[in-house]
Amino acid sequence: MRLEPRTQVPLALAIAAPAGAIALALLLAAIPLIWAEVSVFEAYGLIFKGALGSRFAITETLARATPLIFTGLAAAVAFRAKLWNIGAEGQLYLGALAAAAVGTGAVAMPTFAMIPLVLVVGALAGALLMLIPTLLKLRLGVDEVVTTLLLNFVVLLFVSMMIEGPMKDPMGMGWPQSEPIVDEATLPKLVARTRVHAGLILAILAGIAVWVMTQRSVWGFEARAVGASPAAARFAGMPVPRVMIRVGLISGALAGLAGVGEVAGLKGYLTLDLSPGFGYSGIVVAMLAQLNALAVIVAAMFVAVVFVGADFMSRAIGVSNYLANLVVATSLLTMLLASLATRYRLRWH
Amino acid sequence: MEIIEILLTVSFWAAATRIATPLIFGTLGELICERAGVLNLGIEGIMTAGAMAGWMAVYQGADLWTGVLFAFAVGMIFGLVHGIFTVPLGLSQHVTGLGLTLLATSLAYFTYRMILPDVPSPPRIEPFQPFAIPYLSAIPFIGPAFFKQTALTYLAFVSVVVVGLVLYKTPLGLALRAVGENPAAAEAQGIDVYVMRVGAVMVGSGFMAIGGAFVTMSAFNAFFFEMIAGRGWICIALVVFASWRPGKALLGALLFGAFDAFQVRLQQALGGDIPYQIFLMLPYVFSILALIVMSRRAAYPKALMVPYRKGER
Repeated sequence: MRLEPRTQVPLALAIAAPAGAIALALLLAAIPLIWAEVSVFEAYGLIFKGALGSRFAITETLARATPLIFTGLAAAVAFRAKLWNIGAEGQLYLGALAAAAVGTGAVAMPTFAMIPLVLVVGALAGALLMLIPTLLKLRLGVDEVVTTLLLNFVVLLFVSMMIEGPMKDPMGMGWPQSEPIVDEATLPKLVARTRVHAGLILAILAGIAVWVMTQRSVWGFEARAVGASPAAARFAGMPVPRVMIRVGLISGALAGLAGVGEVAGLKGYLTLDLSPGFGYSGIVVAMLAQLNALAVIVAAMFVAVVFVGADFMSRAIGVSNYLANLVVATSLLTMLLASLATRYRLRWH
Repeated sequence: MEIIEILLTVSFWAAATRIATPLIFGTLGELICERAGVLNLGIEGIMTAGAMAGWMAVYQGADLWTGVLFAFAVGMIFGLVHGIFTVPLGLSQHVTGLGLTLLATSLAYFTYRMILPDVPSPPRIEPFQPFAIPYLSAIPFIGPAFFKQTALTYLAFVSVVVVGLVLYKTPLGLALRAVGENPAAAEAQGIDVYVMRVGAVMVGSGFMAIGGAFVTMSAFNAFFFEMIAGRGWICIALVVFASWRPGKALLGALLFGAFDAFQVRLQQALGGDIPYQIFLMLPYVFSILALIVMSRRAAYPKALMVPYRKGER
């Protein structure tokens, strides 16, 4: 009996692997539920109901999925090229800060110009932030994992400084928050009186665009080749540093857009609790999707269901909503196990 | 002038040592893992879990040392998970580690909320108290700065020496370094690479957890959410800074502690002219800069992040 690497993954297995991983994660998460002395079926029923049980619940889930699609894509794009961007959280906040800087009245333009402006500025901020660790990696051999992680803390403090200082809302009753985003820069709601906004459409479009890029373009091919083997890519004449920089910029821009969506579509102003770790959850989304951009959209929906549903369950039966983080973290680890099945097969001789 | 005076006070160096202690444990732990060839990004979560577990054990009535042991055991269990995933299964060390950080952190928070569902303010324990080491604490300046600390700080100093001796003076240390440099050659010497690597990750993770426990059981006396605040990531930078050597790890951690303590005092000295966030950023920026300086000549363990499969080249 031995393991043999697969040359290609059958579609059924590509779907069964994450499904199995999620099932296993939900099974494992039953342990803390039993500890909390609640009915496991009731708890999962409430999660399902809270996330998908009503029209309002579904819009909440879609709103939560929006930033997760962006950060999931950011991770998927980078990880494919083995560029370990763990800084999506920081890029998200810097994108949000940039959007708030131009979107709170500093620039006055009509809607058709204002919305593209905040999107571009936010994406640019995220991209430029990711450029720092990418260049440090390429030029000086500095490990990007640590730099992106540490930059998250620097950016969060910078945002805190801005919204307590120059960008603080004088009408904010002393709370550290930016002024509200002007109407012209606000992303329109998709459903009236809910929180789901046009960012969702943009996220899905971004997913399709990234999929086309990775699967059907030279850029995507180069990124994959660099990820698989930088030496081989260099030997094949690919400009490895340029490919890495491109990947870093795209990844950072996607994370920045997540921040724009949250500030200009959902919250309406910038605070320090804009993201409950969307940048980190994006990594789980990307892995569940096996780094496939279209699958990222589906995986983000799953993670959103867990988070929104767990909030509801927590309010209903008093089990801490950290259960959601537990389910999501466990599903990342079970997905890693499931990925063995997609990468290898058993041979019996 | 005022700034230089800060550096010459005993209380400054005592504070620097206090700040450095969790980093010494964390850096040693990460160093042990990486010397065996396994990057452990679970460190941030393991430190959080250790902080919660050790504190909670004491809060539930255990004595302080039992709490430390419990934290160590919890760290070992997370280390076992990381070890199994990355060594025999050969899964991505990056992704497994991050997953472990997410898991350990959420497990710590969930458990805290389960046991203490609604407490208005975090409950406190009686933490480790500082005591003077006879003779050593009598040395002028150095004595009161470094040898009037709590027991866990002394344990950190001792751990540096022990880990250094084991790594460089024992067959076990040789075997550990061998599996991190050239696992195939180690295997040919009759060393079980899997056992060695998983064992190293477990022990290393145990150290990380004690580093976390120091924060709740010695530096403070309560557990807060997000109190580890990136200390784990700073340890990963410190390992590179230390060129994977325990002695330099101690030096790096103390340097960082001094920098952090200095930043706090500078903030007080300069008052409200500069936003306090600038000062809080400095330690993270300092870590990045240290990493940049040291990465040029970083001699990574050769087999770091390379999974080993028996019988494969």
